[in-house]
Amino acid sequence: MSNDSIFKTLAVATGLCVVCAIIVSVAAVFLKEKQDANKLFDKQVNILKAAGLVEATSKPDAKTVAELFQKVETVVVDLTTGEVVADADPAKAEVAPFVPVDKSVDVADIKKRQEQVIVYRVNDEEGGLETLVLPIFGKGLWSTMYGFLSLKSDLQTVAHITFYDQGETAGLGGEIANPRWTAKWEDKQAIDNEGKPVILVAKGNVDQASPTVNQQVDGISGATLTGKGVTNTVTYWLGENGFGPYLKNLKAAN
Amino acid sequence: MNPTSKKTLLEPILVNNPVTIQILGICSALAVTTNLKTALTMSLAVTFVITFSNIGVSLIRKIIPGSIRMIVEMTIIAALVIVVDQFIKAFSYNLSKELSVFVGLIITNCIVMGRAEAFAIKHNVLESTLDGLGNGIGYSAVLLIVAFFRELFGFGTIFGFTVLKTVSNGGWYIPNGLLVLSPGAFFLIAALIWIIKTYNKDLLDKE
Repeated sequence: MSNDSIFKTLAVATGLCVVCAIIVSVAAVFLKEKQDANKLFDKQVNILKAAGLVEATSKPDAKTVAELFQKVETVVVDLTTGEVVADADPAKAEVAPFVPVDKSVDVADIKKRQEQVIVYRVNDEEGGLETLVLPIFGKGLWSTMYGFLSLKSDLQTVAHITFYDQGETAGLGGEIANPRWTAKWEDKQAIDNEGKPVILVAKGNVDQASPTVNQQVDGISGATLTGKGVTNTVTYWLGENGFGPYLKNLKAAN
Repeated sequence: MNPTSKKTLLEPILVNNPVTIQILGICSALAVTTNLKTALTMSLAVTFVITFSNIGVSLIRKIIPGSIRMIVEMTIIAALVIVVDQFIKAFSYNLSKELSVFVGLIITNCIVMGRAEAFAIKHNVLESTLDGLGNGIGYSAVLLIVAFFRELFGFGTIFGFTVLKTVSNGGWYIPNGLLVLSPGAFFLIAALIWIIKTYNKDLLDKE
């Protein structure tokens, strides 16, 4: 029978598909556990870095991370009401659908967001808030930048900021992930006494004579637009359309 | 090793290199060569995929119906690429994040399909293996050379170790921004082609 008969064509196609399908599924099934563990580990490391529990430049091992993560409390927050969703399941909240964001308030150009978001609390011994880690994302020059911003217990001062996923120009905008740059955020004032986000990435170095020197971070040269994106992102998430209501509630409760 | 086999293995590395002479696989050569680590991972992944897709295609070359020949080759390549992608995600998560879609895009790397179609479908398994290896190594050599220069002069490091301390990390070296961007890789590949063609006049286009 010739190779090109209909029967043989179907037979070869079917046989090949079955063999390839088996190889692919075996690899996917056997490696899934390890991949999921990697993903979780990566996320936890980023949260710990944002919380300041591990150094931004360090590479902690799995045991340290698991131990340190015990200190972190996971809380699901409703963005609109600013209330903590009491009996929410974080695993479910993580995969909740994204809803469109109204264009007029979308300063970070995110287009869609989840209504309930997971935030992370690091508490002191008495259960009081020490550091609050907020997930943030927004559009930079080329890409959507994902990161965490953490606030100190006064809920106005930046503890740390990290970007764990971004596709900005390597060497220029990509430097937002450089710990040397993110260190410049520490102890800056992010929110003023009225609860308005005030922090911004300056164009070039911060003018030391400026009265708001404490609310500005040195820009990265050659990355003005990425810096603008970072400013917008932080402004959105700390503002009344982001975590504003939640921060207000927290402050009132203190 | 007999002379034909030797030629099959070595020719794509030194003479008929898939990247610099056939100008194939340029996309990934630009995308993953900003540092040596990603370039090396990509090199190993592509070499693995070319070699095994050549073996796979060669093994069933006598029963592949002509009408679905290319889709059969594609299926084998796609399956191999998914396996490689899964392995990188499981064992080197950070690298997989850096390589992002480019591992998946090996499927569309013309070198892989090209070798299956031009060589493996007509030759026995041993020859096809050597051909796959040779082309994989040829591709890797170019990637690593390009990545070496881009990482050294673009970031001041080699395999992540600081060689030239950059200004942004408190040193003296001002990194070359061009090499960090994709056009930098174009210039380097062009320079390589220039050097190769200067020493090997047979490759020059006939007037």
